[in-house]
Amino acid sequence: MRDVAVIGVGMNRWGELWEKSYRQIWTEAALEAIADAGVDRVDALYVGCMSGGLFVGQEHLGALLADQLGMGPIPGTRVESACASGGLAFRQAYLAAASGEHDIVLATGIEKMTDVDGGAATYALSTAADQEYECYHGVTFPGLYAMMARVHMHRYGTTREQLAQVAVKNHAHGLLNPLAQFRSKITVEDVLESVMVADPLRVLDCSPITDGAAAVVLAALPLKGTRRPPVKVVASAAATDTIGLHDRADLAWLRSTEVAAASAYARAGITPADLSFCEVHDCFTIAEVMVIEALGLVERGKGGEAAASGMTALGGRVPVNPSGGLKSKGHPVGATGIAQIREAVLQLRGEAEDRQVQDARWGLTQNMGGTGASSVVHIFGRV
Amino acid sequence: MSVGIVGYGSYVPRHRIKLEEIAKIWGADAPAYKRGLGLREKSVPAPDQDTITMSVEAARRAIVRARIDPARIGAIYIGSESHPYAVKPSGTVVAEALGATPDIHCADLEFACKAGSEGMFVAMALVKANEMDYALGIGADTSQGAPGDALEYSASAGAAAFVFGREHLVAVCEHTYAYMTDTPDFWRREYQFYPRHAGRFTGEPAYFKHVLSCARVLMERSGTKPSDFRWCVFHQPNGKFPQRAARELGFTKEQNDQGLLSPTLGNTYSGSSPMGLTAILDVAKPGDRVLMVSYGSGSGSDGFIWRVTERITEVQDLAVQTRAQLEGSRVYIDYGTYSKFRGKIRMGTE
Amino acid sequence: MIGSARYWREIPQRYRYEAAKCDACGKIHFPPRLVCSACRGTAFGKIILAPQGEVETFTIIRVPPTGFSAEAPYAVGIVRLDDGVKVTAQIVDVDLGQLQIGQRVRVEFRRVQKEGEAGLLCYGYKFVPVEA
Repeated sequence: MRDVAVIGVGMNRWGELWEKSYRQIWTEAALEAIADAGVDRVDALYVGCMSGGLFVGQEHLGALLADQLGMGPIPGTRVESACASGGLAFRQAYLAAASGEHDIVLATGIEKMTDVDGGAATYALSTAADQEYECYHGVTFPGLYAMMARVHMHRYGTTREQLAQVAVKNHAHGLLNPLAQFRSKITVEDVLESVMVADPLRVLDCSPITDGAAAVVLAALPLKGTRRPPVKVVASAAATDTIGLHDRADLAWLRSTEVAAASAYARAGITPADLSFCEVHDCFTIAEVMVIEALGLVERGKGGEAAASGMTALGGRVPVNPSGGLKSKGHPVGATGIAQIREAVLQLRGEAEDRQVQDARWGLTQNMGGTGASSVVHIFGRV
Repeated sequence: MSVGIVGYGSYVPRHRIKLEEIAKIWGADAPAYKRGLGLREKSVPAPDQDTITMSVEAARRAIVRARIDPARIGAIYIGSESHPYAVKPSGTVVAEALGATPDIHCADLEFACKAGSEGMFVAMALVKANEMDYALGIGADTSQGAPGDALEYSASAGAAAFVFGREHLVAVCEHTYAYMTDTPDFWRREYQFYPRHAGRFTGEPAYFKHVLSCARVLMERSGTKPSDFRWCVFHQPNGKFPQRAARELGFTKEQNDQGLLSPTLGNTYSGSSPMGLTAILDVAKPGDRVLMVSYGSGSGSDGFIWRVTERITEVQDLAVQTRAQLEGSRVYIDYGTYSKFRGKIRMGTE
Repeated sequence: MIGSARYWREIPQRYRYEAAKCDACGKIHFPPRLVCSACRGTAFGKIILAPQGEVETFTIIRVPPTGFSAEAPYAVGIVRLDDGVKVTAQIVDVDLGQLQIGQRVRVEFRRVQKEGEAGLLCYGYKFVPVEA
């Protein structure tokens, strides 16, 4: 297997992009990454998208997007793993380059969620859960995470205020991210007074509905001179767990993240203590709490204290979601995993501006599908 | 050859609304209504309950008491005026849920409030004719009363189920008789949401004519009189009519009270006298004789004389009893919640 | 939308709680499946789920999905049945403010969904509190 580096990144401003179509959103981000990489073509493209079909009635995305780039007949592959589609698309792109099959690969993610109404969007998202034995019974995604939160709170004493602190922190980071959907400060009171969605989770515990895309260009090492500092993919790992929350061995533990992370740390030859920062999947505030435990950043059960204590804020011991996370940056489902990777690359290049983590050396990204039925973890380092 | 009840069961929904709550909305004099109707509160089905769901639970309890393999049930007849589908029988869903398919006859019945008792008669008759070993007759309803109408105070929900057979009977059927005419006292046209009724005409020429005639002919043909019975139970559109019927026939309050559920249950329509019968069977002693007369608008009455056997004491505690459900843990709701539960609020289309 | 064929295939599970017990290791799977998740065995016997259990966790859905608007707010929980199987289902006939982890519940047949005003009525299991 060859070493692979990310040599270009691109992303649009995320939000409700009423005036831009699916194709426009994707192509903008892709062109920016290609320009950033300083290449004039790619050998293959990968696109992570949870549901082109349910959101815009469009499948066959690999072909569509290769066409949009004017780069046919390159192979185009659409990758799906619910909310981890982007991360998994990157992994496939990485494997294609590392294996020697392709030299320069475009890894992208996109979701356009606002062309359908709220009910249809909720339905599309629900296809990440067990259709017959969860969704049939009227449970929603906030409902599933709310059930995990209740176990975590009951067993470990995690509080409502501690969950709120995750949202507050991520909004504070998002304020520093020009491409974030929400660039607004919020307080713990704001979170606790927001409308209850599924007890105990409220609107401000939940990531939003967003349109957006992100793209990165990977190239196999050794590189023949690059425009921007390359960032090495030090490890790539993925794992799965039961689709139904009720079949998990432990309702308050993200085993797929634990397994993927363990594999990634072993491949990278580092431990959690070596990480300079992480971009993790805070689809709900409780998710960030549980992810940092599964990543080994804190002990099992102690995730609640991290945001409240400042450990995971910019300037803290290990900043988590310096980009603003899903909560503030937005969550166009298939694009999230790629945007996390873009952030990691900018941080390691020293190009994160006001969000810059000092002395960034090792960064980890964790992208997760459904209630944790799939996780994809990457570790990046300077070349 | 004997034929009769092998097992019985009932289902009472957990929600209730007090008459005062309804009267308050329409500016009616609650105490006067309660006195006049002899009702205090009624059961309310939750949005996820209907004739099918209640029939399943009542039938499961009947089968537990019958102690038979449900696969041996040869027919299922559910009588109701609130079958969830206009076309597609309630009986098929219930039979599947019980594990009684596929060797089974089925069709749904409608005859206003007496469809349940008719279902009992037909099921039992098939067993008597040796067409099958066991058959299931069920009366269940989630009846509707138009907002502000007198019927809104009484229309309620419940189910009673009976397994009929020729062996291991808990109650033998000694006699039956049906009295039926065409009498337009209460009806609902296709596609209408609420029924209509003919006011005071629903009394003497309808309920009383049929219930009393049925009871008198039944007693005459069987050579019995009120004092030969330990219990009686009549259809209960409110609390007053069945008490008056009992009195006019010569039954005592004491004979009538155990089966009189309407004061706190309301009128469960096709479930009414069948549920009253289950409440009697819950406390009956071997040898007790029971007179049961249903009433369905349109109109007709089904009369039955049951004699309880030794076996009754073995089954009474095998499943939850009717009055225990009626008086047990319940949830009181207000008129707004009641309207939401009963689909009386015009929702946006989804 | 559920559709007739899919709804009909699931009747043994939704109406009669039919599960599969692995012949090799005894693990109970609900719904039945082709491969045992514990030992990868492929031979199973039919078993009916235990009718009672305990609430492991729950939430109250206040922003319902399409099709459930008329019933919100409602509780959904994961119930650990007495045979060890965990199922997700609504918990009904309960005071939402009183529901707690550990509540004993029993299964009851209810209408879980309906396909609008003209489509199928979809039945299945929910849980109700066991009387103290």
